[in-house]
Amino acid sequence: MRSLLRRSTLLRHGLFFLALAAILGALTWFVFDPFTEYNVAGVAIYAISAAGLTVLTGLNGQVSLGHGALMMIGAYTTSVLLQWHPDLPLILMLFASIATTGVAGAIIGIAGARLRGPYLAGATLSLAVALPQVPTHFASLFGGNQGISVPTPVPPDALAAVTPQQWFTWICLAAAVITFFLLANLVRSATGRRLQMVRDNEVAARLAGVDVARTQVLAFVISAICAGLAGSLFAYWITLTSPTGFTLTLSLSLLTVVVIGGLGSLTGAVLGSFIIVYLPVWTGGFASSANLPSNVANNVPLAIYGIVLIAAILVFPRGIAGGVASISRAVATTFRSRRQTSTLPASPAPPAQ
Amino acid sequence: MRSGFNRSRTRVLATIGIAAAFLTAACGSSSSGANQASAPGVTATSVTIGSTQPLTGPAAAGYSEIAPAANAYFKYVNAHGGVNHRTINYTYLDDGYNPTNTATQTKKLVLQDNVFAIFGALGTPTHLAVVNYINSEKIPDLFVASGCNCWNDVSKYPETFGWQPDYTIEGKILGQYINQNFAGKKVGFFAQGPNDEFGTDGILGVTDELQNGDVTLLPTPQYYTPTAAGAMAVGTAIAALQAAGAQVIVSFSVPLFTAVALASAAGLNYHPTFVVSNVGSDPATLTGILTGGALGTKLPGALIDGIVTDSYLPLASDSTNPWISLFQGIKNTYAPSLPWDGNVLYGMAEAYTFVQALKAAGQNPTRASIVAAVQNGKWTDGPGLAPYGYSSSNHLGFLGVQMAIIGTDGAATTAGPVQVTTDNASSAITTYTGTPSTPPTSGIPSD
Repeated sequence: MRSLLRRSTLLRHGLFFLALAAILGALTWFVFDPFTEYNVAGVAIYAISAAGLTVLTGLNGQVSLGHGALMMIGAYTTSVLLQWHPDLPLILMLFASIATTGVAGAIIGIAGARLRGPYLAGATLSLAVALPQVPTHFASLFGGNQGISVPTPVPPDALAAVTPQQWFTWICLAAAVITFFLLANLVRSATGRRLQMVRDNEVAARLAGVDVARTQVLAFVISAICAGLAGSLFAYWITLTSPTGFTLTLSLSLLTVVVIGGLGSLTGAVLGSFIIVYLPVWTGGFASSANLPSNVANNVPLAIYGIVLIAAILVFPRGIAGGVASISRAVATTFRSRRQTSTLPASPAPPAQ
Repeated sequence: MRSGFNRSRTRVLATIGIAAAFLTAACGSSSSGANQASAPGVTATSVTIGSTQPLTGPAAAGYSEIAPAANAYFKYVNAHGGVNHRTINYTYLDDGYNPTNTATQTKKLVLQDNVFAIFGALGTPTHLAVVNYINSEKIPDLFVASGCNCWNDVSKYPETFGWQPDYTIEGKILGQYINQNFAGKKVGFFAQGPNDEFGTDGILGVTDELQNGDVTLLPTPQYYTPTAAGAMAVGTAIAALQAAGAQVIVSFSVPLFTAVALASAAGLNYHPTFVVSNVGSDPATLTGILTGGALGTKLPGALIDGIVTDSYLPLASDSTNPWISLFQGIKNTYAPSLPWDGNVLYGMAEAYTFVQALKAAGQNPTRASIVAAVQNGKWTDGPGLAPYGYSSSNHLGFLGVQMAIIGTDGAATTAGPVQVTTDNASSAITTYTGTPSTPPTSGIPSD
């Protein structure tokens, strides 16, 4: 059994993510209060989008400052379709958003494959700035600044005991678990290794027969699909899709999630999302409760956010996931060396280098 | 035998005792007696209410003072015995004028902080993101800090009430003034939008009136988006109005964008008369933005000279008004770091109205009783210049405004009487004849 698990990544990941889904589903049902359910759904949504971005930026080396805009495409696909036909099922909306965002990702990816480093960042940045203006100009289709209301998904009749909030949290968690399962396999696959090869050395990759441009476009499409899925869920989560929800701030927050969590780490995407969702919840009350002049107190939550970012990057330069990994490795090494010294007291010291 | 009698007497006494207990309980829940935890967010000693506010972001200039000012008034009330011996806890959270954040923070207020009511939540686009949710949870949504007509929709939003005059009422009265004072001139619009109720409702009201007058209305309104990118595009919008020959610009804009528009016009050597909605015209706020260097360079405060605007509260600069001296005194004690301007006055006056509503909701208020209290609340003894429109079929706040002009000293002076109307295009504008009220000596609404 053990050797089978070691040999088959698919089986190992499959069992792990099934167990994870069961635990999260049970927590939602038995433990979480409605506000926690709401926030957990938010963590799942940010994590899906950030996971796509961490594959693109961490694994493939392409920086995107425009992932908020891709989420916006997903959110507007869902919202516009629901505006026309409010009864369309959620699962269909998710796939429709994945499709439109995937196409958008391919187009941006083809343009992006010609650009490197800061130029790619600049191009995606312009997308993040420009796209929120579109709904304002085509107001009849996109609802203008006011945005489009999105109905709350209701659980099927068979699950009458489930609240709409629990139902939606389950949907988000399921979407996140499936996304992470697929991405975790992708990272360990030949495609995943090609992505990293292109990041590390394009010339070497080309010599090894890897089509660099195609790999880069593929990375962009995968990452855009994640953003589209997250965007669709985001529309349901907020219940209103308006351009002000998809400003540059969202794109930068996603990048923050990825960097704080650990560039290229899927676990990091989850940890970073947790921080980005929960930090405002924990600090939001300071503005009205802190006994400070209001012009100071109003900015305390933002200041705490900034300090946490700075501290996280100083303490964990490789992100929280990287930090946790190196701490656990250090602990394991200490533990192992102590056991070695106790069992083999006479072993000679290694020669000084 | 004796013991038997005793036993039966005990039984009778016990029965009486139980009946008395029931009676007391029955009385307690309706009228006199002790304070009870009568509703979510209401305990025997406190009432917790919540709000979402633009403490940071593009609408923070000026508006970030409103919630701290309201809180200062609540602290004053709390220090003087509270309302029915309950203190008011006011939790206001920053949404940065971003509807996404408004949705999250409102969930926090409702699900985690368990607020009794939402009070003074600020902004049209932001509050539209949560108004369905608040109403579906049956939470009183009192005095939305926005003049959108949308809050007055009793069948759709039975819990939601406006407070300030809606933008259509305000627009009609502004339009009447333009007809009377700028006959023969070209009038253009600069507004938040398009498809933002703030801009469209205001334009609707002004246009209704201008059709009766002798002015040329430029067909295309110029719009701005309330974001950092939107601020950069204001110059183009103002240049378009200049090119079209607008001599009067009607501006439905938040303070930062009024300031950018003023600065852009000055930069183009273009000097139209600005007619600015109350929400975007507070002289102290505009002066602060212009002279403080918030727009990149320090600009002269004189840019606000001659702005035509309106007010539904006494002017903040009128220190002879008893309401102004009351609120300014409270501000000096309970929030000394706040400036004194129209935003602070707004927050305090709105908080005063909330205390009126809470008192009228009874000793043990419930969510239903405070909604009923506001619907019956024809209070004319508050700081407002015009009467409220509240009834069971109407959730409109103040029904009118008084015109005002900003002078060379940077302070506004009123022009003409208080005028009232409704947001119906065909209804006439009339002069309000009620007498201005004076505050109670305690500074707290009496029962």
